[in-house]
Amino acid sequence: MTDPLLSVQNLSKSYGALRVTQDVSLDVHEGRIHAIIGPNGAGKTTLISQLSGQLRPDGGRVLYGGRDITRLDMAGRVRLGLARSFQLTTLLPGFSALENVALAVQAREGSSFRFLRPAAAEQALNDQAMACLADVGLSDRAHRLAGSLSHGEKRQLELAVALATQPRLLLLDEPLAGTGHEEAAHLVDLFARLKDRVTMVLIEHDMNAVFALADTVSVLVYGRIVASGSPSDVRADPQVRAAYLGEEAAPC
Amino acid sequence: MTDLTQTLARPRARLAGRLKLALCLFAVLAVVPPLAHAAGEPFLIVVATRMMVFAIAALSLDLILGYGAMVSFGHAAYLGLGAYAVAILSRAGIDDLVLQLLAAMAASALFAAVTGAISLRTRGVYFIMITLAFGQMAFFFFVSFSTLGGDDGVALPARSTVLGLPLLEGAQGMFYATLALLVAVFAGLYRLTLSRFGRVLTGTRESALRMQAIGFRPFPYQLTAYVIAGCLCSVAGVLLANQAIYVSPAYMSWHRSGEMIVMLVLGGVGSLTGAMAGALVTIALEEGLARFSDHWRLGFGLVLVAVALFSPGGLSGLLRRLGLVRDAT
Repeated sequence: MTDPLLSVQNLSKSYGALRVTQDVSLDVHEGRIHAIIGPNGAGKTTLISQLSGQLRPDGGRVLYGGRDITRLDMAGRVRLGLARSFQLTTLLPGFSALENVALAVQAREGSSFRFLRPAAAEQALNDQAMACLADVGLSDRAHRLAGSLSHGEKRQLELAVALATQPRLLLLDEPLAGTGHEEAAHLVDLFARLKDRVTMVLIEHDMNAVFALADTVSVLVYGRIVASGSPSDVRADPQVRAAYLGEEAAPC
Repeated sequence: MTDLTQTLARPRARLAGRLKLALCLFAVLAVVPPLAHAAGEPFLIVVATRMMVFAIAALSLDLILGYGAMVSFGHAAYLGLGAYAVAILSRAGIDDLVLQLLAAMAASALFAAVTGAISLRTRGVYFIMITLAFGQMAFFFFVSFSTLGGDDGVALPARSTVLGLPLLEGAQGMFYATLALLVAVFAGLYRLTLSRFGRVLTGTRESALRMQAIGFRPFPYQLTAYVIAGCLCSVAGVLLANQAIYVSPAYMSWHRSGEMIVMLVLGGVGSLTGAMAGALVTIALEEGLARFSDHWRLGFGLVLVAVALFSPGGLSGLLRRLGLVRDAT
């Protein structure tokens, strides 16, 4: 088997006595969707935040493409192709949807120390941004302010912005939370299509989506990985059934 | 403070409207001297010049406060640096405006780069406090500068020349030179706020986390904006010294810094035109109310309370609400 794209080794993080990440190790291979599931408060978002560079772990290492990025900040990781989407949408509310995405394109294309030429007139930025909006199905909302979009549309925009950074590995923190039925189906479809281009780590509560998309599933309970394997293995694991699926296995 | 943060969080839109309004302001200003002469009140030209000088200062503050959400409480330091550049150079026999402007901007850039790099390590109230501290350090430096009059300040021998010509001698020349620089500063900042750089600055105001998540480190952009704002404010300082033919540390006291923030809040932050209008109105009110009563500050305070209560977006917010300016997206 080839080397993993992302390798997490013995990661740990505590807030006082509360150990939110305990000795977590996992490998994510290129071209796969690796889902992390677990009950509320299991430390999923904290884990993603450490992978994206927003939080610094207390111990352990994060290797990306064979390189130790444990101490690299978020902007540095994004430039290496490691992008994330946020569970609570973090958009620029006063920017239009198009501008939100165009800014992400601008971040990786050319210097931003340009002071005179209007950025809105840069066709290259707008074209690439429009393509990302089209990917997530938001083309007709391009000129609406991000702050005025519906909740589901914000989720889609959040994803378009992440895609605009041209990630090699995308960390998705509950991308379907709060989306309507149709939007969710659209996004699941999109992830399936993106799989060829982008490796994904997916945190999601929607079990139908997880089992439809994921190649590997890891189960996180109280900051510890209790099981990891193919979706069918994990589904059959008695420990997992007891800890997690038992209470939320009912189709939603 | 809450009003200010609310105002900062307001979406940034209004494009064509604010540009049109600014052009109207410039047009009105341009006809002030002939009208003042016709009305037999030539001192109005002097008042209008002061108004425009502070409009330049307020514009520069709007770049960091309105667009960058960096609430600097020490911005008057650059007014003082500009003014003292004139005093020091004219004492050394250099009385050309262009050279004085260059020196003022260079000194301000240096001061802004050093103090900004330190201040930007902090956020929120701490940023306000540390910029205030640096501003006061500059103030006390010039207070104790006894060869330049110390606390009392120093009168200049004459106004600066422009490339050897005494263009600033008369009130009218001073007025139009100030207007020209005001238009130039406005135009430059207007372009800048729409540029790639401006987008990064505004984006950081809206969400620093989002900017990092798409690969930007905000610090170099914020520091650059801080330096540009300092340079532009020193232009106002150079003009202020020339207008008054007098320089004193009072130009850079923290009261002045506070007054500049008041101008922005009054006019509305983050639109440039609002900053300019706020400065014009503030100085006009000061001059106007001072003629009625020594207690004019009370009247001005009431105006500010009314703005805070009824129009949190300042004058530009009021115009928008009345439908005189439409939001252009």
